[in-house]
Amino acid sequence: MLRKLRLLGVLTVFGAAAAASAQAQSGGVLHFCLHGEPKTFNPILVDDEAAENVRYLTGGVLIRLNRQSQALEPGLATSWHISKDGRMIAFQLRKGLRFSDGTPFTSEDVAYTIKSLMDPQLHSPTGDSFRSGEGAVEILTPTPDTVSITFPAPVAGLERLFDQVAMMSAHSPKKEMAVLGPFYISDYKAGSYVELARNPNYWKHDAQGRALPYLDGIHLDIQRNRDIELLRFERGELQLINRLDAESYKRLSKDSSSTPRNAGTGLDSDFLWFNQSPNAPIADPRKSWFRTTEFRRAVSSAINREDISRIVFDGHAKPAMGPISPANHFWFNSAIPAPKYDPQGALKLLAQAGFRFANDELRDKSGNRVEFTLVTNSGNAVREKMASMIQQDLSEIGIKVSIVTLDFPSLIERMTRTFDYDACLLGLVNTDLDPNGQMTVWLSSGENHQWNPGQKTPATAWEAELDKLMHEQATALADKDRKKAFDQAQQIIYEQQPYIYLVNRDVLTAFSPAVQGAAPTVLTPPAFWNADVLQLAASPQQGAHK
Amino acid sequence: MSAPKSLRLISAFLLCVIFLLALGANFIAPYSYAKQFRDAPAAAPSAAHLFGTDALGRDEFSRLLYGTRVSLLLAPAAALLSTLIAGILGGLAGFLGGWWERAILASADLLMALPLLFVLLALRATLPLDVAPLISAMATFLILSLLGWPSSLRVIWAAARNIRESDFLLLARSSGSSPLRIIARQILPNLRPVLAAQFWVNIPVFILAEATLSMLGLGVMEPLPSWGNLLRGLENPSAFHANPWTIAPLILLILVVFCFQFILPSREDFA
Repeated sequence: MLRKLRLLGVLTVFGAAAAASAQAQSGGVLHFCLHGEPKTFNPILVDDEAAENVRYLTGGVLIRLNRQSQALEPGLATSWHISKDGRMIAFQLRKGLRFSDGTPFTSEDVAYTIKSLMDPQLHSPTGDSFRSGEGAVEILTPTPDTVSITFPAPVAGLERLFDQVAMMSAHSPKKEMAVLGPFYISDYKAGSYVELARNPNYWKHDAQGRALPYLDGIHLDIQRNRDIELLRFERGELQLINRLDAESYKRLSKDSSSTPRNAGTGLDSDFLWFNQSPNAPIADPRKSWFRTTEFRRAVSSAINREDISRIVFDGHAKPAMGPISPANHFWFNSAIPAPKYDPQGALKLLAQAGFRFANDELRDKSGNRVEFTLVTNSGNAVREKMASMIQQDLSEIGIKVSIVTLDFPSLIERMTRTFDYDACLLGLVNTDLDPNGQMTVWLSSGENHQWNPGQKTPATAWEAELDKLMHEQATALADKDRKKAFDQAQQIIYEQQPYIYLVNRDVLTAFSPAVQGAAPTVLTPPAFWNADVLQLAASPQQGAHK
Repeated sequence: MSAPKSLRLISAFLLCVIFLLALGANFIAPYSYAKQFRDAPAAAPSAAHLFGTDALGRDEFSRLLYGTRVSLLLAPAAALLSTLIAGILGGLAGFLGGWWERAILASADLLMALPLLFVLLALRATLPLDVAPLISAMATFLILSLLGWPSSLRVIWAAARNIRESDFLLLARSSGSSPLRIIARQILPNLRPVLAAQFWVNIPVFILAEATLSMLGLGVMEPLPSWGNLLRGLENPSAFHANPWTIAPLILLILVVFCFQFILPSREDFA
């Protein structure tokens, strides 16, 4: 009897799947590249970009961050409610949903996922964002469609964090391979490819009521080499490139058979900072220069960011002045003035701090020539060009800069252990809109507080104030209060310039003309965030793989 | 077998011209190698910039002249040091034999077994950061020469060993010549062709090694040019289409490597 019931269940699932497939438009198979091997397919253990991309394409989430509007939208949950104390969130789930293998989706699955996420044994990187305090997380599932989760302490920006939590099935024999997203993993060959097939049970429909996704599947080639990716795209073997550099963008712009698309200024930033660590084995006059606010501000004013953007990035970057890019609609502090190239202003600031400019040389109060070494990672042509431009800009105000490129492990060693460097030029890849993701950067005790990391007590008054504001924004429950605190933090960062921000790079993508529905955005993943509505033109000339 | 005399003469002439141009860079180059003309990045050749400009607007012709000076002066110096080390150690190993030979050959084998790139990375990382670009360039070539001697040592050791077992050396020993006299009058004159050949062979090897290191961002530091970091301009094919002169350092490199090969003296030249 049990066997008959199981058979009936399987037939029902296949029947439903067949019916759904018949309704949907067959959209072909989209080909593009992952730039590394996904380390896991378990959505709560994801810690690398490749696995994150697979999770995005396969995972179903309760709340989805719309990559274009940056607003939260209902996903598997139709609505949600957060308690006044910020500790509890309650979800109303969509009814009648099924995982890709046909297993029904209920509140038990949400409870199972959250328990796994918070399990200290599993060390989930996604779960870390939810760990607000000591104590257990309480999960209640009063009905199959409702679930409430109570955390031991308030979690700032709680609902936004659920965008990263792909639901897993508590009962499916396929475990994490049963998914609720638009695609499921149908095949995987390590080091070669990940094949995704259309999920017949995906819950979304288009405006005409057709089941999504339109595509039959996605073939993800594992390809680390960006040049090969570009060549294959030009040959029509790939139909999408998720991220391009300015050089490749320029090359594709000349090719009429492809469509490079600039999504606009992104969240990533390039910046330099001076080593202010008291443990740094650097000569004393330099330490005191680097700790002088006027010196840092003068260096910032003397750098021509417009030129860097125009020459190094071919115009595909925007001069930056603060830690938050204007692409981050909510958190960007628009009161911070736009960066201004002002070498004369820089010299005035330096004069206020006792520096003297004569015979094209800048000297401090004691007559020491102002010079320092700027390190960056070797093999990165873009950063090397930026360093060369900074070198010339600063020579205009009499500062002599030597450029040294180091392999990344040696650079990290100097930044985090020996502190044996003067100044460093690096960048930050930012995927999180919320400033909570930057706590270790701004707190004086943070490991990534690069100019002076791991302080026991704040070394300066402004760092103490920054600590206070960052804690304030992390614990305030109303977005308005959080924003107010973080705006003040941004103001301090702008005034003190511990990081001298240079540019925010544009997010550049490319699509073959066969791809329909493309709407690149600055948030990750920029090119395929709307994979469920992408379609491929049927014409083989346009490069569709049927 | 050496190249025909005419080819050797042409090669020598070309090398002389290139050396002279490089040495006179201060007078010939129209601009400083570091000056950035930001209103003309990646510009095509023009009256103002004979070979155009690089991605940062620096005059390609000036950079090529200065870069040639760096590569062509430092590579022979590095080759000389490397050949000297190989000559002393290889000569000692071949002449003395016994545990000297075993210890020196084992050291050479060990050095050859080490992945050169990682050794260079580690050495570069331990060097102080605060050094001038020229010192950094010299350090790069010094490291190359200090790590590049083992392959020459093997050749020199084999030649020295043959000499050790030769009849004329036996005769010299039996006639009561002191070891110093034997080294000065018998061994060194007979090793001279091998040492010279190793020196000439090492020059292009070090030029290419520096070019490889610079391609990886580990060679001569910006803004000082060298053939190596000038060759990085070829990483970008569109820059080459816009300005074919970006290939000039590669042509010069090939030309110089061939010239050195053509003027390489043969065994007969030393006979």
